[in-house]
Amino acid sequence: MTTPTAPLLSAQGLHVAFPGRRGGAPARAVDGVDLDIRPGEVVALVGESGCGKTTLARSLLGLVPPTGGRVTFDGKPLQYSSRALKAYRRRVQLVLQDPSGSLNPRHTVYDAVAEGLRIHGGVSDEQAVVARALSRAGLRPPERFFLRYPHELSGGQRQRVVIAGALVLEPELLVADEPVASLDASVRGEILALLLRLRTELGLAALVVTHDLGLAWNIADRVAVMYLGRIVETGDAERVLTAPQHPYTQALLSVLPEAPGDPVVLSGEPPDPSRIPSGCRFRVRCQILASGEAERAGVAHRCRTEDLEVLGGGGEAQVACHWARVPDPAV
Amino acid sequence: MTLLEVRNLEVTYPGGVAAVRGVDLSLTAGQKVGVAGESGSGKSTLALALLRLLPPGTRVSGEILLNGEDVLTMRWGRVRAVRWAGASIVFQGAMHSLNPVHRIGDQIAEPVLLHQGATAAQARRRAGELLEQAGLPAARASAYPHELSGGQRQRVMIAMALACDPQLIIADEPTTALDVMIQAQILGLIQGLVTDQDVGLIMISHDLAVLADSCDRLVIMYAGRVIEEGPAQQVYENALHPYGQALSASFPHIGDPASRFAPRGLAGDPPDPSALPSGCAFHPRCAEALEGCATEDQFLREAGRGRRAACVHVPVGVVGVAARDSSVPEQAADVTELAVGTGPAVEVAQSAGPGGSSGPGGRDEQGRPGGSAGPVERVGSARHAGPTDPARSAGPTGPAEATGPAEPAERATPAGPAEPAERATPAGPAEPAEPAGRATPAGPAGPAGPAGPVEGMTTGRAAGRAEGSDSGTAAARAESPGHPGTGHPSPSPGPGPGPGPENTPDPAAPPHDTRSPS
Repeated sequence: MTTPTAPLLSAQGLHVAFPGRRGGAPARAVDGVDLDIRPGEVVALVGESGCGKTTLARSLLGLVPPTGGRVTFDGKPLQYSSRALKAYRRRVQLVLQDPSGSLNPRHTVYDAVAEGLRIHGGVSDEQAVVARALSRAGLRPPERFFLRYPHELSGGQRQRVVIAGALVLEPELLVADEPVASLDASVRGEILALLLRLRTELGLAALVVTHDLGLAWNIADRVAVMYLGRIVETGDAERVLTAPQHPYTQALLSVLPEAPGDPVVLSGEPPDPSRIPSGCRFRVRCQILASGEAERAGVAHRCRTEDLEVLGGGGEAQVACHWARVPDPAV
Repeated sequence: MTLLEVRNLEVTYPGGVAAVRGVDLSLTAGQKVGVAGESGSGKSTLALALLRLLPPGTRVSGEILLNGEDVLTMRWGRVRAVRWAGASIVFQGAMHSLNPVHRIGDQIAEPVLLHQGATAAQARRRAGELLEQAGLPAARASAYPHELSGGQRQRVMIAMALACDPQLIIADEPTTALDVMIQAQILGLIQGLVTDQDVGLIMISHDLAVLADSCDRLVIMYAGRVIEEGPAQQVYENALHPYGQALSASFPHIGDPASRFAPRGLAGDPPDPSALPSGCAFHPRCAEALEGCATEDQFLREAGRGRRAACVHVPVGVVGVAARDSSVPEQAADVTELAVGTGPAVEVAQSAGPGGSSGPGGRDEQGRPGGSAGPVERVGSARHAGPTDPARSAGPTGPAEATGPAEPAERATPAGPAEPAERATPAGPAEPAEPAGRATPAGPAGPAGPAGPVEGMTTGRAAGRAEGSDSGTAAARAESPGHPGTGHPSPSPGPGPGPGPENTPDPAAPPHDTRSPS
């Protein structure tokens, strides 16, 4: 997936900061991110909770105005007027984590799916369009679901309704925030398969925000690993997931139940985004620095003092780590 | 020693929803048992039932023996004493289980005060110790829940569960909603505590991969029943039940090209507990369902050393049934397992013989001799590498079983002599056994039967009566065995004898038909 097509959605030097409480330092939830998503590409954004991945997704959708940098869609910078955002959301749709929470319990499936059409208007044959979206989302025959209410559906079906609601406007990009986290394992695969199929059939691009690396392996072309507001490693899914370079990615992968070797369990939790450490932002939890490995490679000083630049948003494999960049590290 | 023994537990909620329909479970001190299943499979209900925490009006039957004492018949005072001190629960969603207006230290101290008659100062000290055990500084005792992160709150829940030194900890989705890294921390903590304090652990989760990684044994539930159980890694890597297979396949293996761009799941939705499908509750979603599955309920049967599964494709553990008949249940169990290697042979043999007469047919052209072979083969195909095909069983599961140490636990007793026997069986006659079996019924059965059990088995149909308690499920259903005739149309592949006893749903195992009452 390294075709040099122009990105569909692109973030450049994106910053989102939330004001600190009682005059405290602002929380830099997104602290300089470049990220490109090309047409038809599935990108997984992974990281722990609190790393800013959801904020990044929201700012890409125009739900949170960035405090720095910019978002461009189809080559044009995103405008934040209501009218421009409305037009934008016709082309970029959001799928949220919990389908029970994102469906109005008093709307039928038909209403839920048709809502987007009604807002944007200009559709003559609403019923046919809704039916098509439902069947694309795997709810067949669609007519059977028209008059159902969310409580009559299973979790997997509800998530399909949410996806149908997103598809009905025929967007070019889907931003899915933990699309399967609240679903049973057996249903999960079905929903992911649906996302993949939509990509094949409709050329739909997707940004999938998740903390589940297995999911990334299942469906993503490219993976971006986020830590404390920045992307610390990015590249093809195969490469990032099977030969991780950044100590953080290595640790995340090592604690998966199936992982070979000893798990590297990082202690503590990600630091507060209002107090991002100086130097490398991962250094306080870094197992490589703690074990003296970085010292041996001669980069420990840089780890403590020198911040790394923002990684490019393109498809090439990159890692923001002084140690990983040492040519042929003495491991 | 058996710490917890659950026998034929059934739970029916006031609305008539049978959430748990005949579950057997046993656990020794220091053992970790994982219970997996999707939402609605009854796993949380099971956890609540263990400490009688279900809402009033819920019908609970069966036995829950905690250190030999039946929790279900205890007086209330005793139940209250057992909660916390005998067994405690770590609930899912630590966010909602802590009282937001009390400091966590006070919340942890509360059971200590109530159950151990400690003074306030002692309780405070104890709370501090517990927090440190759970990996939080004792000074955090004065924090309120909202000041803690999700992982920290889960640690508080664990500290609280440990407050009265319980012998059994039931962890209901302890890591759901936590990040991978925090999950690893919490699992490590739980593991360490179980090892250090020699408590028993029942861990409930929908995440089969996590359970396989952290438990000794794994139990998979579907629609209120256990449909597969066995040593954790074996069940995860080589499930016998189609549901178990689908579930484990839905956890992607990073690095495995087969799952790259190929998320796998299971079509269909989990069954509604208030309207379960007829027959095998899994049949509507099962890719390998046979015609008979829609009408024939399936019960757990022995399927290898320490393994059981409830699927028509798993050869019926006839041996088990017979064996149970014999006096010592424990031995019986072992015997059963031994027999497994030979199982297929035996079973095939039977099918060839009585198969026709007992008309296990129902499914296909069973009646014909040729027909009977058909299904058997089908069983043997692909899926159940393990038990069905002795030759192959040597492959995946085989070695593990033979060497036994994999999962020493309960099976200790006859292990000694048993082992060789077992190994011998598949090894020697293995290859010939199968084909031979098909041809000449008696032939392989004789030698194969590592000892008595087989005989018992052949006669096995009489066996039934199974009150054989314990893991009795398989046994229990055997009850009506008597007549091959009853063996109704068992879909069973387990053609011959097995089906007879094993499948008789209605008449045989009335208690298990609970789902109808609704």
